[in-house]
Amino acid sequence: MNHKRKNPDPSPDSDESTTQLSSPFPDEVLERVLSLLNSRKDRNSVSLVCKDWYDAERWSRTHVFIGNCYSVSPEILTRRFPNIRSVTLKGKPRFSDFDLVPPKWGAYVHSWLLLFATKYHFLEELRLKRMTVSDESLKFLALSFPNFKALSLLSCDGFSTDGLASITTHCKNLTELDIQENDIDDKSGKWLSCFPENFMSLEVLNFANLNSDVNFEALERLVSRCKSLKVLKVNENMTLEQLHRLLVLAPHLRELGTGSLLQELMPRQHSELKSAFNNCKNLNILSGFYEVTSIFLPVLYPACTNLTFLNLSYAALRSDELSNLLIHCPLLQRLWVQDSVEDEGLEAVGSNCPLLEELRVFPASDPFEDEILHGVTETGFLAVSYGCKKLHYVLYFCRQMTNAAVATIVQNCPDFTHFRLCIMNPRQPDYQTNEPMDEAFGAVVKTCTKLRRLAVSGLLTDLTFEYIGKYAKNLETLSVAFAGSSDWGMECVLKGCPKLRKLEIRDCPFGNAALLSSFRKYESMRSLWMSGCKVTMDGCRLLAQEMPRLNVEVIRECGNDGCQADKLYGQERMPHLLFSLFELCTNLETLSVAFAGSSDWGMECVLKGCPKLRKLEIRDCPFGNAALLSSFRKYESMRSLWMSGCKVTMDGCRLLAQEMPRLNVEVIRECGNDGCQADKLYVYRSVAGPRKDAPPFVLTL
Amino acid sequence: MKTNKGCAWGERGRILTAKDFPSVVSHGSSRFSDRANPVASVGAVLEPRELLTACLSQEGTGFSPGASQVVGWPPIRAYRMNSLVNQAKSQRAEEEKEIDETDKSKDPSKKKIYTKTDTAAKEKGQLGFVKVNMDGVPIGRKVDLNAHSCYDTLAQMLEDMFFRSTTTVNSRGGEKEQATQPSKLLDSSSEFVLTYEDKEGDWMLVGDVPWGMFLTSVKRLRIMRTSEANGLGTRFQERNERQRIKPI
Repeated sequence: MNHKRKNPDPSPDSDESTTQLSSPFPDEVLERVLSLLNSRKDRNSVSLVCKDWYDAERWSRTHVFIGNCYSVSPEILTRRFPNIRSVTLKGKPRFSDFDLVPPKWGAYVHSWLLLFATKYHFLEELRLKRMTVSDESLKFLALSFPNFKALSLLSCDGFSTDGLASITTHCKNLTELDIQENDIDDKSGKWLSCFPENFMSLEVLNFANLNSDVNFEALERLVSRCKSLKVLKVNENMTLEQLHRLLVLAPHLRELGTGSLLQELMPRQHSELKSAFNNCKNLNILSGFYEVTSIFLPVLYPACTNLTFLNLSYAALRSDELSNLLIHCPLLQRLWVQDSVEDEGLEAVGSNCPLLEELRVFPASDPFEDEILHGVTETGFLAVSYGCKKLHYVLYFCRQMTNAAVATIVQNCPDFTHFRLCIMNPRQPDYQTNEPMDEAFGAVVKTCTKLRRLAVSGLLTDLTFEYIGKYAKNLETLSVAFAGSSDWGMECVLKGCPKLRKLEIRDCPFGNAALLSSFRKYESMRSLWMSGCKVTMDGCRLLAQEMPRLNVEVIRECGNDGCQADKLYGQERMPHLLFSLFELCTNLETLSVAFAGSSDWGMECVLKGCPKLRKLEIRDCPFGNAALLSSFRKYESMRSLWMSGCKVTMDGCRLLAQEMPRLNVEVIRECGNDGCQADKLYVYRSVAGPRKDAPPFVLTL
Repeated sequence: MKTNKGCAWGERGRILTAKDFPSVVSHGSSRFSDRANPVASVGAVLEPRELLTACLSQEGTGFSPGASQVVGWPPIRAYRMNSLVNQAKSQRAEEEKEIDETDKSKDPSKKKIYTKTDTAAKEKGQLGFVKVNMDGVPIGRKVDLNAHSCYDTLAQMLEDMFFRSTTTVNSRGGEKEQATQPSKLLDSSSEFVLTYEDKEGDWMLVGDVPWGMFLTSVKRLRIMRTSEANGLGTRFQERNERQRIKPI
């Protein structure tokens, strides 16, 4: 039931032959035509043509994608698009996947659901990535949307299997339940048993990343009832015997995720399983595996004829095992493996997969181990590039690489759209020449004109970023870690790269000059992340001032409960008066002050008075540079001055150091407690203004 | 205020670099330009200005942690990382099992039990990696608790991680020099103590409870200055008497 659009009043002297000023089509026709548009980029373009088209587009849009949940508010969204059936929402910055964002940062889905319940009562699909979802939210979702069909959660947190139980219990029309890698409190597998016995509509079920055991009989009944089931991904605990029974019930599966394949099988079981796989003629996507044995793998071969995507990223296959498997996968387009396959395995990829478009190689062993690590090298990557001319997406974790190899690789495969190379040791140079890896990425951006996403690694100077800024005309996403020599690097990227949307940087020597060099750029970007860089609070504040439509957030996190200091700002401060009294304390040698004072004046009084002052220790007071510098000669007669949590800035400290060369002026940059250091900076554009749910450790400037 | 051993913190603390204090360094840098590695000039007592130049962190070579020791690196989703760790462990265990048993068990149920143990390990493995922060060090680390079976090896590893070079910076700005090499983290006589945050959000001293119990309740670790650790709870204190940490 769509909301009906009111027709605009016809202009007084119009008839169908004189519609010069308004659209040549009746609105309904325009809407019908536009409803055929699916690409959101096309729709965004359409909406910019004229007001009529903007209106027609907004009424006909049924799916909306929101790349940053804080860039827009639920109110603005529902006002513009009244007929949405499917929502995709992304929340936290991507580096939260790697623990760089503290818990309780935000990205709560609940406020969206509340408004959707009234405005999008017939919502059917919800796909969330890096959002915080609670069990209450899931229950609310399950109860508020009678037509709800598809739920997909990736990299989300905050919920447990109880929340899933709400979904399976109440969503009578559910077709898709897709629980990917999430930080979920995995209490039990009971959620699966909550599907009602007459429930039949499931088409997609993915619980591969849930570890609790489910009731197999319930699963078996479910699979036999759901005749339209196309995607089934079970968890690791599922035995081969159980897998066999499921395959017999659902030979029409398009996507299968197996359990662990490390089991002993009797010959009869072996042949039964092989026959079951033989019957799966429609299988396009295969995943799971976990532990494997060479004896078992041939069972899968018959099912691989039509495989387009093989996900072995959770299985440590050897090169021969992979090689034998790939012979049976002639149509393979996407392959994810672990580097246990080594370079020989990748050579097999090059030989057997001419249609390959995407390759991801993950590190197999625990990267934290001290044992001798093998993995893959530039040789493997080269081999793939020679054999797979259609390759355009690569994610490659390795421990060594050379500039020459990368240059050859992109010559072989100039159509890269996504090039993500991770040399695992930070700042590692070309292992043959010992030079930086600048030329490697230079070759990538010069040759791969269609490049949209790039992740760099290894030892890199500003030259890499000069290349990127100059040549990467289509680059949308750039990830940088432990790279660059100076602000100039980041400046090059911001001044070049016309299509840049997401820039995420960690542990690079980029500071305020870089941050502020092209701040207008951020208006055309979705977001900027900088952590472990040289940006200071002052730089961030300046950015926030210059660009009021940007949300500038600083995360102050520390190992201890650093938020305590922030919470205590509200405490009562000592009356100004008392500081004046210190002028009279002629014998005072040591003074300790905490959470007190109202302005610089207080500290100035102390410094100007107290002739015998030797040690002054101050924490969390509003004394700044003026106070610090008011009587710096005083410090010569003192043993020490300590100031933490005050308003002193690096500039003030520098000035003091300059004026008083015989003083040691030290600044400790301890995460969280230093007001000057902007350790983690997150900047993004938003029409919703600063967010209201920022936790205490996020400072919005 | 003198400090020993140059920029012991240069690799981690990013406490001072020449670039932060350009005016001070300008005439000092030439004196030290021929020093191959300021950090290596151990034993020299440096004047304040020398301290600053010695902390010149050359971009690209200043801080080169191993891949294993930096939070969030290599960039693999936490879920996958923990799976890989447990997989490696279970495969090692499997290999050991094969070596031990010449007669490989043909009983599938045994394998299943084995798989379940792996699952249990994986559940714990979700907790396998915990973050470790040390007071005064901006960059946190990660340590895999499942790789240890007792407090001693854990403490040793953390000492190696954080105290590889001696630290003497006296953050209080006083004249007295602090003791250099801190001794065992578990020993209350050192400058630092090892603490952990448990599931209830309380900070406890590490070492009081059996290792297994510690594993189930630890969320993250912190190497705290002893001076700040007063009033930290131990598991055996009454819950009612539990105090919050007071940093001063």
